[in-house]
Amino acid sequence: GRARLSHAEPRARDGRSEEEEEEEEEEGQYQLYPGHIPTSPLQKALLAAGSAAMALCDPYRHDMVAVLGETTGCLALPNLRDKMKHHPEGYRILQERPRIRLSTLDMGRLRALPDGSLGREYVRFLEDNKVSPDTRMPPKFVDDEELAYVIQRYREVHDLMHTLLGMPTNMLGEVVVKWFEAVQTGLPMCVLGAAFGPIHLSARKLQVLATELVPWAIRSGRNASCILNVYYEQRWEQPVESLREEIGIFPPP
Amino acid sequence: AAAGLCPGRALLARRRGALRALRCSVRGLAAGRETHFGFQTVTEAERREKIYQVFENVAKKYDVMNDSMTLGIHRVWKDILVHKMNPSPGTLLLDVAGGTGDIAFRFINYVRSVRERQLQQKLRHHQNLSWQEISESYQEDKFNLLGDSQVVVCDINKEMLKVGKQKAQHLGYSEGLSWVLGNAEELPFDDDKFDVYTIAFGIRNVTRIDLALEEAYRVLKPGGRFLCLEFSHVSNPLLSRLYDLYSFQVIPVLGEVIAGDWKSYQYLVESIRRFPPQEELKAMIEDAGFLKVDYQNLNLGIVAIHSGFKL
Repeated sequence: GRARLSHAEPRARDGRSEEEEEEEEEEGQYQLYPGHIPTSPLQKALLAAGSAAMALCDPYRHDMVAVLGETTGCLALPNLRDKMKHHPEGYRILQERPRIRLSTLDMGRLRALPDGSLGREYVRFLEDNKVSPDTRMPPKFVDDEELAYVIQRYREVHDLMHTLLGMPTNMLGEVVVKWFEAVQTGLPMCVLGAAFGPIHLSARKLQVLATELVPWAIRSGRNASCILNVYYEQRWEQPVESLREEIGIFPPP
Repeated sequence: AAAGLCPGRALLARRRGALRALRCSVRGLAAGRETHFGFQTVTEAERREKIYQVFENVAKKYDVMNDSMTLGIHRVWKDILVHKMNPSPGTLLLDVAGGTGDIAFRFINYVRSVRERQLQQKLRHHQNLSWQEISESYQEDKFNLLGDSQVVVCDINKEMLKVGKQKAQHLGYSEGLSWVLGNAEELPFDDDKFDVYTIAFGIRNVTRIDLALEEAYRVLKPGGRFLCLEFSHVSNPLLSRLYDLYSFQVIPVLGEVIAGDWKSYQYLVESIRRFPPQEELKAMIEDAGFLKVDYQNLNLGIVAIHSGFKL
């Protein structure tokens, strides 16, 4: 339904109709999906700047990274969506809209899979790093319902990227995954994260990053097919190595 | 013809009386009555619940957000309110919707400095006392630095009170300060108790402003003063447009970036637009029984201080 923030009825009741007509600015849009907050271009620009600054100051503000991604993804997201549409598996994902959530995953079954399989390694990754797929922010500022799904899918697949790349969730691991994702998706948020993430790293780690990890991440990112075109939920039994080869990710150093 | 009219008029009078009775019983059905939450239409019960949640969510970042949104100017507004109040030592203040304690702390500071000046004056007039007599007078007043002034901070929201208490501890305020959980529409205090009643940036969030004003009247002593500091209406067209632009474009963004909460700050700017303008609020205050009601615009009407007396 319409969730417009200016209403016709209360105006008549108050008799202050002029004032409310005057502030009919940005809310000329509909709420397109649950959680959607329509925003004007000015608001998006301010959000992008503010969230970038806040994410830099306080790297624990994951919500700011998410907001940055949404407000700057206007070119990259349609691109990704088209890549998905033009690929059989990606097309199916867009149709079926699978979600990776603890409620939809059969953790017991995944844990029982053989070592080296995607499912087993994914669960191991979640447990080792004490993370859960349910902590991903739902999109708020994307003004297209399908693109909102695309960015949601990208967020939910992020942990699988960690698994496929063999990177932990510390700052170093995150930066490497961001480089890979930056090449793969072109999302400005990934590019910024990849460029500015290393600010918080020590000199020794920076060296490893620069000499081994980043070049490998870039090469893999370029070589690999679109990671959003893989229906991971149907490939839990597939060994990680085989999936890596299929996608085109080089073995981690 | 006149005879024909009379029964009609009597019928109308009876209906009006019946309507008044109905209105009173409708108060009991208050949950179903429609009102506004920002620009949305909701029932009174829904509104109370939503507003409680807003302040529960923003409590921890309340002060930071106030500083960011108003660029620190809210501090000046609150200073002006307390200066206008000009409390003398011995004043009993009730600060309603006083959550994080801004008015209460300013009141205590003001009364303390007035008291200090009083004591200094007293000493100057006692130049011919012996040292012993002077030091004795210090002893008496050492335990009365506030001169028996007291402030009761009343708020409906537990989280806001919690933040206020923590602040008080952190800043070293303990004497003359009490914290009470209560509803402005139904205050847990007896009649004719307080010298001054303040409500700063709180009355906008009350669902039944008329009830809050009646309660304010009730708990004030005869001669007591009502002071309300609240966002109001800007009549200057240029400033109004800039203010709207800033409110609707920047403030929710600040809410999202600083507090991770767009919706609460969207509510805030909408609720400001929905609040009665200066003259209308003045009329409502007069309706509650206050006299010599007046208002003072700050920053061309972005904020206004309304004042009334129970005489």
